[in-house]
Amino acid sequence: MSSETLLSVKNLEVTFNTPKGDVHAVRGVSFDLGRERLGIVGESGSGKSQTGRAILGLTAANGKITADQLKFHDVDLANLTPKQWRKVRGARISMIMQDPKYSLNPVMTIGDQIIEAYREHHKVNAKEARHRAIDMLDAVKIRDPERVFNSYPHEVSGGMGQRVMIAMMLIPDPELIIADEPTSALDVTVQLQVMAILDDLVRDRGMALIFISHDLQLVSSFCDRVLVMYQGHVVEEIKASALHEAKHPYTKGLLNCLPKMDGDHSDLPILEREASWAEG
Amino acid sequence: MSAVNRNKRDGRNRARFASGHAATVLRLVFSLAITFFGLLLVTFLIGRVLPIDPVLAAVGDRAPQAVYDRVREEMGLNLPLWQQFFIYISNVLQGNFGQSVLTSNSVLDDIKRVFPATLELATLATIIGVLLGIPAGVFAAINKGKWPDHVVRVIGLAGYSMPIFWLGLMGLLVFYMKLDWVAGPGRLDSFYVDFIEPTTGLMLVDTLIEGDMDLFWNAVSHIILPASILAYFSLAYIARMTRSFMLEQLSQEYILTARVKGISEHRIIWRHALGNVMVPLVTVIALSYANLLEGSVLTEIIFAWPGLGLYITNSLLNADMNAVLGGTIVVGAVFIGVNMLSDVLYRLLDPRARR
Repeated sequence: MSSETLLSVKNLEVTFNTPKGDVHAVRGVSFDLGRERLGIVGESGSGKSQTGRAILGLTAANGKITADQLKFHDVDLANLTPKQWRKVRGARISMIMQDPKYSLNPVMTIGDQIIEAYREHHKVNAKEARHRAIDMLDAVKIRDPERVFNSYPHEVSGGMGQRVMIAMMLIPDPELIIADEPTSALDVTVQLQVMAILDDLVRDRGMALIFISHDLQLVSSFCDRVLVMYQGHVVEEIKASALHEAKHPYTKGLLNCLPKMDGDHSDLPILEREASWAEG
Repeated sequence: MSAVNRNKRDGRNRARFASGHAATVLRLVFSLAITFFGLLLVTFLIGRVLPIDPVLAAVGDRAPQAVYDRVREEMGLNLPLWQQFFIYISNVLQGNFGQSVLTSNSVLDDIKRVFPATLELATLATIIGVLLGIPAGVFAAINKGKWPDHVVRVIGLAGYSMPIFWLGLMGLLVFYMKLDWVAGPGRLDSFYVDFIEPTTGLMLVDTLIEGDMDLFWNAVSHIILPASILAYFSLAYIARMTRSFMLEQLSQEYILTARVKGISEHRIIWRHALGNVMVPLVTVIALSYANLLEGSVLTEIIFAWPGLGLYITNSLLNADMNAVLGGTIVVGAVFIGVNMLSDVLYRLLDPRARR
């Protein structure tokens, strides 16, 4: 863990105003992030994705973000104008979305979408931008980058689409990448390939990573530190290498859900939940 | 990858692309022919089952039996139905729709005269409707639930529910009689009518070809009110549809992706979202255009606009079957044509539809 703090989150709350009353998606999440790889793990509805979106100020219109502190370097993310946000998004903090089938614009070529991401933050001419984009496609290990550059999103596979997504989000060279379930929509066989590509690039470029996933095992193998979330709270923060020392019963429960090769093959234990965990 | 290889591959891609296009065009032509055949069959059958005797319409009810029989034979009505249909098709394909009893011209000549008037009016109305309707719909969508949204919705609702003849008369009353901003009914002032030789039949184009700006502005001043009134209706429809398509697209994931990239809201709306909205919107616009091309009878009556709607209605009221059927075929052909056009545009706008 590096000493330099990139992102500092203190007591983050995200509340949605719905016709059925307020929904508290995130309740008092705090963490500091250096140039490291942080995993956020939890079930659906635990608030992990909303935590990621709040950092980028992309909470839905009916949601409200409050925090004692939400700082990126010395930028106060809690009070940015739309214009200031555009200098942060993409250029300094970026996010890899879940499913390339929905998160890429179907009527724009892949090349145009990557170039757009680059030229928004770097003043270069079209030729230079094209060159950069093709290099980037090459960097995410796409074999025929020129063809993919001219393709539309529906013409490439899911794994390829997610590599395009990684290329698009990394090309402006941000300092922090939030990967929100980046492999959940992919085949198991492709998941590890895509994760390895992302991991390589993040290490090479010295970026910080927040990896949001429901897959504790995957997170622990690619991250330095893991936050376990339950119902909007962080219930445990633990080093990825020390996962077996987890103290919180919820984390232990998640770990016990995994089948073991050498264990007995009877029924897996069912995750038990206690109401008190949600009070944090 | 070497340059030679790349060129070879590009060439191959282009060849595949071209052959794919040829197949698409062939399929299109085939489906067009089938549709047109169906249209002819239906109009032919309607012409034969209607209780209007074309012989009687031609010779009058006081003609002696011998004359009646001779005309009936000349018209080929004594032949079996399939033979009549065959003759009908070959006539239509040669552009022969028969004579109009009412105007005593050939129906084709009549249609050549009236259709450009409708075409001009409908095209201008659609252009106005699109240019105002799409921004209005987008504006409403991005301000959903706020006052601009309500304003657009009220305007749209009014456009939907106001009778066109009332709006037309009010328009004439206010802008022609009281304010004198626009010219009255007709396509030109009656003083100018014989000055212009129809080349395309479109008054705005013909006057420009002749380079007569006085005439051009006179034509503009005549067409602007009926075109605006028709445009209001298509605007109301296009704005409503744009609004709902836009709201749907703005909630898609790729919009969030674009926001993550730090792109301006302006570009997100007009490039990303509208690019996707245009796909279904093309069909909406095409259908509203086709409806206008059918000729809007009420507007044409109020503005004494010598268009297709007025022509077909007059022919119908006078049992002039050749003219009615000819007009019906033109309307049908226009629908087929506009549909085909929207299909082509659809393919251009949506890469997923290009196969």
